[in-house]
Amino acid sequence: MSSEPTPAGMNYLNFPKGIKSWLCTLDHKRIGIMYLLFICISFALGGLFALALRLEHLNPGPLLFTAKQYNQLFTLHGAIMVFLFIVPSIPASLGNFILPLMLGAKDVAFPRLNLASLYIYVIGACFCVYSMIAGAADTGWTFYTPYSSTTDTSVISMTLGAFILGFSSIFTGINFLVTIHKLRAPGMKWFRMPLFVWALYATSIIQILATPVLGITLLLLILERSIGVGIFNPALGGDPVLFQHFFWFYSHPAVYIMILPAMGVISELVTTFSKKDIFGYKSIAFSSISIAIISFLVWGHHLFVSGQSDFADMLFSLLTFLVGIPSGIKVFNWIATMYKGSISFETPFLYFLSFLALFCIGGFTGIMLGSLSLDVYFHDTYFVVAHFHYVMMGGVVMAFLGGLHYWWPKMFGKMYSEFWGKIACAFIFVGFNMVFFTQFILGAKGMPRRYFNYLDQYQPLHAFSTYGSWVLGVGFLIMGFYLIDSLVNGKKASDNPWGGTTLEWTTQSPPIAENFLETPHVTQGPYERGKVAH
Amino acid sequence: MNTTSIINESLMGKGSFWFPAARTSLAPHTDQLYYWILWASIASFIGLFMVVVYFLWKYKYSPTNKVASKQIIDNIPLEIAWTVIPSLICLVIFYAGYIGFLHISLPPSNATEIHVVARKWMWQFDYPSGIKSIGELVVPVNEPIKLIMTSEDVVHSLYIPNFRIKRDVIPNRYSRVWFNANAIGNYQIFCAEFCGDGHSAMLGSVRVVSKEDYQKWQKEQNSGADLPLDVLGEKVYNSKGCNTCHSIDGSPKTGPTWKGLWGSNHKMSDGKMVVADENYIKESILDPKAKVVAGFQPVMPTFAGLLSEREINGIIEYLKKLK
Ligand code: HEC
Ligand SMILES: [Cu+2]
Repeated sequence: MSSEPTPAGMNYLNFPKGIKSWLCTLDHKRIGIMYLLFICISFALGGLFALALRLEHLNPGPLLFTAKQYNQLFTLHGAIMVFLFIVPSIPASLGNFILPLMLGAKDVAFPRLNLASLYIYVIGACFCVYSMIAGAADTGWTFYTPYSSTTDTSVISMTLGAFILGFSSIFTGINFLVTIHKLRAPGMKWFRMPLFVWALYATSIIQILATPVLGITLLLLILERSIGVGIFNPALGGDPVLFQHFFWFYSHPAVYIMILPAMGVISELVTTFSKKDIFGYKSIAFSSISIAIISFLVWGHHLFVSGQSDFADMLFSLLTFLVGIPSGIKVFNWIATMYKGSISFETPFLYFLSFLALFCIGGFTGIMLGSLSLDVYFHDTYFVVAHFHYVMMGGVVMAFLGGLHYWWPKMFGKMYSEFWGKIACAFIFVGFNMVFFTQFILGAKGMPRRYFNYLDQYQPLHAFSTYGSWVLGVGFLIMGFYLIDSLVNGKKASDNPWGGTTLEWTTQSPPIAENFLETPHVTQGPYERGKVAH
Repeated sequence: MNTTSIINESLMGKGSFWFPAARTSLAPHTDQLYYWILWASIASFIGLFMVVVYFLWKYKYSPTNKVASKQIIDNIPLEIAWTVIPSLICLVIFYAGYIGFLHISLPPSNATEIHVVARKWMWQFDYPSGIKSIGELVVPVNEPIKLIMTSEDVVHSLYIPNFRIKRDVIPNRYSRVWFNANAIGNYQIFCAEFCGDGHSAMLGSVRVVSKEDYQKWQKEQNSGADLPLDVLGEKVYNSKGCNTCHSIDGSPKTGPTWKGLWGSNHKMSDGKMVVADENYIKESILDPKAKVVAGFQPVMPTFAGLLSEREINGIIEYLKKLK
């Protein structure tokens, strides 16, 4: 960390200068920005793959790809979106940047570990890219055995990539956990922490506890493939369903690694743009923690038709309903927060509203999938594809975009075009629903997922979904343009353009190297108004 | 026996807005639960968003509403209500789903057992009487059928949308599923668990027939030694799954049509031209990946060991007729 004080008029972006000062930086803000860059690149790549997949489905029969290429593409789309984009998206980019600011701290607890996590992320990403070039894996991002133990594509480099990325995720988790425990500003008691911090706290717990299981599982798979140790492959005396258990033991909690930080962002957005203290602070905070705990007990709902015992099926179904309740509570609290507020409709708030609608649909269809007899029918169809895109994209990505627009002025000191922001949000919302609502119907009609080809009768629905992907693509294109444009031509942002009450808004935009000129002293809850003029 | 390739009942055309037509006695229960949750969800969604829209309109920022008019941060009775009521509703849904699931997963003891072997990329149905049918499961109407399934390679999943059933088919273990079809007709079978290049071509159909037709079919299957070769070929076409991927009317399916195939000079994916003669046909059946027809995916499974020499000759003779 630079020990020299920041000269007047300088901020973390332009002081110190030079590529090396970025590559070796220990500043959480710079690391957050670099993460943001990589995450956006990953998202763009995963998105391009998605567009290609949808294009292939414009008509039944081969259009652009062979069956194998198609399988490789959806594997890459899934693996990139999950491991390189969604899991690190909010925590590693926005979280890294905002968490210490929100706590009134100078940095995270272990700045070097933070930088290491970024480099590990990049190394892991290199493995994934290598796998892409060297005969990309065609297993789906779930790597189910024994298909993954036997296919001739480069499964090892892809799983090794995911394995390495896991460490990056664990490092971030540890760092945040210690930071939250140790570096809160004087006076910031636990219940004076912003809800985004609570969400990151819950996320970190899952990252630390669940990620190692994925690591071990993938390592076992690599051992099986490379030296023939029989663990999952029945031909070698292994058990393929064991892999599914191991895999989902991580990957279900991972869903909450993705959605919890998103819920944290949403809590921030709704209080700021309604100019209201949050409704039910404690119940939102505790629901995050309870989600983190229960999320470890529901992995079996991915295996309702895989032949676990009926008793296990029953238990997992029950627990699945249980884990839905805290999410429901949060939704009610967010809506109640708007009551008697003063609501302004800037772009981040539009993403809040998009989140609310799409996440509810994701939740309701989650209830359908959680009930056993319906899951037997919907499992592995487009209904599931639509459901998790509503939660992952409609939920997490909308919150990520909301957070990105919300903290953009803080990160870069520039305002983006509000007009184009709203237009892009509209495109994304409409396009998203065109793509994925259609897929609920496709799934209910029986269309299985991961199909290169499909029955002619499904063509109109598939085509409509593809048209939607173009609308969605245009939305993101517009966003890319106006965000980059804002860096050059944007109006200068004030320190607190939205009237936020949390500590990051009390320092400059963009902040100086060690965040605050003087350590803030906290005397009230995070969202208490009255003392904030706006 | 039907002579054209099977046309399964449409999944889009028949049935409701959401579902394909329900063709077992239990399927309507699954649908019922779905509609129940669907309407409850729609009602809750509309309810919630009426509140949201009202708030957005009532409390929007305006010169007269510059700051929040009141800071309310909790309301215990309200919070208890919105925790307890959804929990109770969820419990009811859970219970309904569980009961439906028990019905689906517990076969009656008098069910007829048929073995299913899945391999990349075909479904093979082994009847107790010794009949081996590929791609087509023929069952009598209104009788419980229990499938005992295993896979020879990777995980597959047997999925019959009209029956609302699905079960993974796993190597080295047996899984089971049962149904009681209540309407005569042909219904789609999908493979639902990703299994490689031919995953989306791993189709099949269930032919539900009357009890008399079922008896007749069994008799026909058991005989065959005395059939003329081209008739035998047609039978193989229909009963060994060739018809799921090949048409005889000129329309392309997953594989090339058989109409006009015999004797034609056509292009392979490596650019070579090949004449469809006896040797080529036999090779195509026993080692399909040896020469792959241009424009098609290499997803045809090998039939080595599944067809007798006489049956292959039958196919050849049948092809000669499909000029
Ligand atoms: C899973 C789908 C599938 C099934 C089932 C299937 N085939 Fe094929 N078949 C294909 C595909 C795809 C091709 C073209 C690619 C190739 O040449 O391998 C093909 C090619 C052929 C060809 C060469 C056709 C030509 O135009 O040159 C013959 C002959 C053939 N199949 C015979 C059969 C027979 C006989 C059966 C049943 C016993 C059968 N197939 C079952 C998919 C299938
Ligand atoms: Cu399969």
